[in-house]
Amino acid sequence: MASQPQDIHELMRRREYSAGFVTAIESDTVPPGLSEDVIRMISARKQEPEWLLEFRLKAYRRWLRMEEPKWAHVHHPPIDYQAISYYSQPKSFKDGPKSLDEVDPKLLETYKKLGIPLKEQEMLAGVAVDVVFDSVSVATTFKKKLAEAGVIFCPISEAVREHPELVRKYLGSVVPFGDNFYAALNSAVFTDGSFVYIPKGVRCPMELSTYFRINERNTGQFERTLIVAEEGSQVSYLEGCTAPQRDENQLHAAVVELVALDDAQIKYSTVQNWYPGDEQGRGGIYNFVTKRGDCRGKRSKISWTQVETGSAITWKYPSCILRGDDSVGEFYSVALTHHRQQADTGTKMIHVGRNTRSTIVSKGISAGEGQQSYRGLVRVLESADNARNYTQCDSLLIGDRCGAHTFPYTEVRNPSARLEHEATTSKIAEDQLYYCRARGIGEEEAVSMIVNGFCKEVFKELPMEFAVEAGKLLAVSLEGAVG
Amino acid sequence: MLEVKGLHAKVEGKDILKGLDLSVRAGEVHAIMGPNGSGKSTLSHVIAGREGYEITAGSVQFDGRDLLALPPETRACEGIFLGFQYPVEIPGVSNLTLLKAALNARRKYRGQPEIDPGDFLAWVRDRARLVKIDPKMLSRGVNEGFSGGEKKRNEILQMLVLEPRLMILDETDSGLDIDALKIVADGINALRSPERATLLVTHYQRLLDYVQPDYVHVLARGRIVRSGGPELARELEQKGYGWLEAA
Repeated sequence: MASQPQDIHELMRRREYSAGFVTAIESDTVPPGLSEDVIRMISARKQEPEWLLEFRLKAYRRWLRMEEPKWAHVHHPPIDYQAISYYSQPKSFKDGPKSLDEVDPKLLETYKKLGIPLKEQEMLAGVAVDVVFDSVSVATTFKKKLAEAGVIFCPISEAVREHPELVRKYLGSVVPFGDNFYAALNSAVFTDGSFVYIPKGVRCPMELSTYFRINERNTGQFERTLIVAEEGSQVSYLEGCTAPQRDENQLHAAVVELVALDDAQIKYSTVQNWYPGDEQGRGGIYNFVTKRGDCRGKRSKISWTQVETGSAITWKYPSCILRGDDSVGEFYSVALTHHRQQADTGTKMIHVGRNTRSTIVSKGISAGEGQQSYRGLVRVLESADNARNYTQCDSLLIGDRCGAHTFPYTEVRNPSARLEHEATTSKIAEDQLYYCRARGIGEEEAVSMIVNGFCKEVFKELPMEFAVEAGKLLAVSLEGAVG
Repeated sequence: MLEVKGLHAKVEGKDILKGLDLSVRAGEVHAIMGPNGSGKSTLSHVIAGREGYEITAGSVQFDGRDLLALPPETRACEGIFLGFQYPVEIPGVSNLTLLKAALNARRKYRGQPEIDPGDFLAWVRDRARLVKIDPKMLSRGVNEGFSGGEKKRNEILQMLVLEPRLMILDETDSGLDIDALKIVADGINALRSPERATLLVTHYQRLLDYVQPDYVHVLARGRIVRSGGPELARELEQKGYGWLEAA
């Protein structure tokens, strides 16, 4: 035999989750459990207005009558919602930091380790960052420069205080409080997240970015993001996520709402690297997220790009409601499952307006015993004359113990609709690997190169520096995938 | 440089090579000719290190090292290049990406730093001119949607960029029109030097009109049944392989 096949299990053990450290920081964490009292407490701590407390309580009461969705192609033991703590904030933050100088140095260190420098002078030029640590937002950079352009970019808790009329107008207008089990839970207990408002005609002068980090044990993260793009405005927003390496599972149930008015464009990119659990499937984040964009205005455009490499379980369907005539929805996704990771992800494109167009490009990569499903819905309502959709789902399998599943749903009520669907499933071919190796390229680098090639159509949608990051993330996540 | 002794190899339990001997010294060009199924491609892949070949007896040495103990990427870094009969498509991975990774792998193997991106581009463009490859093609996916002739020229381009010491060309001439054949031959000749050796695995005499071999071997039923100079190739062209296979 020319080369010794290496023990795949040995190789897989080498994979390290580099973001898996815990920050030793004193936190003020409420005891586990969920009740109206806990919700009142969260609302009081955040000094929220009465209407928001009402919103939370309505959501909570609805949630009590709802059941977890069972249709997803994922398996997990029952989640004990009374064992989760719904609020945690670093102790040094009681009154909230006024500026970066007041941020606990340990927190700054955490983000430095994650490769996210918060000091503005060290930052990637032209990217403003909001950082959410457990339940609170710890820092937002470049606020001043953004304010000059009229852009509001701040923690949502701050927006509730500073811009209550905007938050009240749009919160829950895309994802209603009773939309689904996890969205209802989020609406009841959401703690922080980012708020973005781009005024009429403004092109946001820089990339906006939020990093979410879960640190405390037994806490859930329930962030809420709301982005509103007024007429003719444009914004590109990116979120990144990490969590420490722990043996128990942690719940992350976020809600993201996007609103694009006439001629507005929102580009929302995600590089999700929550802790995926170890090779035995112990630990890891349960990522049950509701993301929806509303193309409310004519000729508006919402584009979702996601690179999902983390989480033990991902349940996520960033969607677009194409309400305005001539509006455009896009979904570009790379999802990778390795070891025992499970992902059920995809999108929904709801065509309401005339001449609405949607594009779906989904790339799924499964390695180890990873299980992955693409679930996509394209719905064309009677009102949506000349709607068009193009869907492309490609799956790449590495090894023979993983799985890929595709569940495309279409509902067309207007005969003028044109839908195209393409799907492929391929294995990393032996001959591709051999070809690269015969050129001197080692096996792992070759796998990473082939996988990156497979994902190219999606990566090119990401902001430049994040495309590089995403490529590296895939390489790390796939270490040891081939023996 | 290359010493093959008493090589026996099986593919899927079937004996393909049955005691093959071959000795190639630096500076030499050897042509391996033979009918289909004689084991020509098997020999190429056994030298390059493809998995799935069971070596039951014999040895292959490269500069005195046991080649069979090395993974394919190490063999490549040592200076062996196989031009594929059927070049593989790698969608989304540009030719430049592959070439850069391959070149840097070699440099790393030799303890050299990575090549400067500007120098790299200049070098690849220079080499691309030799095989008349449009610079635009360099940014396209590896062999993605290339015609047969383009794929073969791309193999030669990779070889020119990587500058191997032992070039094995597995039926690189098959399926080429005369112009492409000349380009491929020019590429091979450009690398000919006293330090390098070439193994041309081919079915026909055609390529040998443009790349003059020092030795011609006939491979049949898993062994070399006849060796000679360039005249042997011409003899084969006239008489076919039948008279040797029967022998």
